[in-house]
Amino acid sequence: MDTLAVPAVQYDVAVIGGGVVGHGIAWEARRSGRSVVLIDDAPGTGASWAAAGMLAPVSELHYQEEGLLAFMLEASRLWPSFAAALDAETETGDASGTGYLPTPTLAVGVDPADRRALADLRAVQLASGLAVEPLGVREARAREPLLSPGISCAFEIPADHQVDPRRLLARTASLLAADSKFTAIRRRAAGLLWDNGRVAGVGLAGGGQVRAAETIVVNGLGAADLKGLPPGLSLPLRPVYGDILRLRVPPALRPLLRCTVRGLVRGVPVYLVPREDGTVVIGATQREDAPAHAGAVSAGGVYQLLRDAQQLLPAVAELELLEATARARPGTPDNAPLLGRVAGSGGEETAGLIIATGFFRHGVLLTPAAAAVCRQLLDGKPDPRWAGFRPDRFAAHQDSRLPTDDRTTA
Amino acid sequence: MAALAPTTQQPARDPLTIDGVELGSRLIMGTGGAPSLEGLGAALLASGTELTTVAMRRYSPAESGSLFQLLADHGIRVLPNTAGCFTARDAVLTAELAREALETDWVKLEVIADEHTLLPDALELVEATDQLVARGFKVFAYTNDDPVLALRLENLGATAVMPLGAPIGTGLGILNPHNIELIVSRASVPVVLDAGIGTASDAALAMELGCDAVLLATAVTRAQDPALMGAAFRHAVAAGRLARKAGRIPRREHALASSAMEGRAEFL
Repeated sequence: MDTLAVPAVQYDVAVIGGGVVGHGIAWEARRSGRSVVLIDDAPGTGASWAAAGMLAPVSELHYQEEGLLAFMLEASRLWPSFAAALDAETETGDASGTGYLPTPTLAVGVDPADRRALADLRAVQLASGLAVEPLGVREARAREPLLSPGISCAFEIPADHQVDPRRLLARTASLLAADSKFTAIRRRAAGLLWDNGRVAGVGLAGGGQVRAAETIVVNGLGAADLKGLPPGLSLPLRPVYGDILRLRVPPALRPLLRCTVRGLVRGVPVYLVPREDGTVVIGATQREDAPAHAGAVSAGGVYQLLRDAQQLLPAVAELELLEATARARPGTPDNAPLLGRVAGSGGEETAGLIIATGFFRHGVLLTPAAAAVCRQLLDGKPDPRWAGFRPDRFAAHQDSRLPTDDRTTA
Repeated sequence: MAALAPTTQQPARDPLTIDGVELGSRLIMGTGGAPSLEGLGAALLASGTELTTVAMRRYSPAESGSLFQLLADHGIRVLPNTAGCFTARDAVLTAELAREALETDWVKLEVIADEHTLLPDALELVEATDQLVARGFKVFAYTNDDPVLALRLENLGATAVMPLGAPIGTGLGILNPHNIELIVSRASVPVVLDAGIGTASDAALAMELGCDAVLLATAVTRAQDPALMGAAFRHAVAAGRLARKAGRIPRREHALASSAMEGRAEFL
């Protein structure tokens, strides 16, 4: 059911936010047998609309983010079965499926310093038990003949795959729409409803309310603006804008690429993700500037992406530019999500409320893991491995100040 | 024999004074390239910096929970910069934007010639310095390691001159130490070694050459452990400063025993 009106029923679960993660959580909650309402006035138009859909726990590893790595690997482990459940009754290449593809990723560098940086990162990846195989430039170009002769190194990462987030969203939404115990309300959530010390549902902008036993907040950057969050809880989210391009490969150049290619071009990262439909996605910049509006595409960003992508793959100049998109990723101070229940004023857990936002660069990859975490929380059986992502973890050390010890010696 | 009195003494307070502001640390940090806001915060704290430069074109001061909030939370003064500007006009507009948003007259003036070298464009730099000084800005001029140009910038009214050790982000260290020494010897405004620092010894060398401070970003933000590298630079800058003040020995071609022969017991 898809409606603007507000049904006067009590749901088991209300999900605020209809991006990839919100839909994934709604889908998982339905699979657990619960009735679900999903609230979003413009579902799928936020960061999900921009995302490239790389499922890349290995090449997305950053120094000192090993805690996040474990969660990304868990998500990666869940992806094949998550995709298979959604893709039941579709074939590979069927446009109604999610576009999930277990093709590998190639990591390539352009200059000697890029080669050194990728080799240094590989040492950490290997130490974390991840597979990153050196390929040699000739072998890489034998596999992907359109790669530039000028690349300085190549590594194969077998575990980094892809999905098409727009198709994933459409697929999940259409399966849910056909489900009698699911309702989508195309309205904006204004805040949380409270009843006897617990969250009891969602107040809608312009009036009306939706009552639910459990409310899950999955509306990205909008989460921090919801009214009625537990007292003392502030969600440290900030917009990290990204520009991303979609291009069509002319028939004569197909296939442009077989694998996803992630490059380091004189220290600047860029990626090319080939799709089954003959398009390719090139991304993504990272900006924390003040754009004219949230969807404003940066000319400098587009230039940077095309310049660097062409360094890796000269044939990029021959493609048809279909679309330049910009969206804001919901960034957190430590780049890890805000996921779990939160403490109320008395220190006890706030009943009826789960937060699931701040997925930053990793929303698509983390979707099945976030959905699994929410299901465990709904079942009252949280997995202690993910307790570190508690949304209220930043409250304790917000008042840190510079130490005043031996600073005069400098 | 009586125990020797401890000879270690706390070095005297030695702040860097710029435009009447005392800075307890002679390490000025940049912010570009940090993997996470929390990681950047830890690195800045470990570095002991009291002044940190932020690219006005890359970060919005209006955003709560952003980099500016982090600096405010840690009590670190902001030095807005004009990174990404290729003309004097660009740089002046960006500086005005920074003054309005951050309520500071201080600006690190960066006018870049091209994106391949990121070297300063000397002519635009001179033009922009002139205009900004006339508009009442305190200009920290990022410049080539050119002693002639450095003096010209000072004469135009720059508050500090900031010669590069090597191009931005290269980590090549100080490629022309002689020029840096020359700039220091002729300057009567603070000289800050800016750009090109790769590791701690580069920063110590800059201070030994007589620079008043060191500015760096990439060497810390892109290190595998940024907080540890921040601490390394804190100590390196302090060590280089102390060595400069202590007065190094002359370089000699021939060995000279550290204990002289005179006054030793003679065994016949």
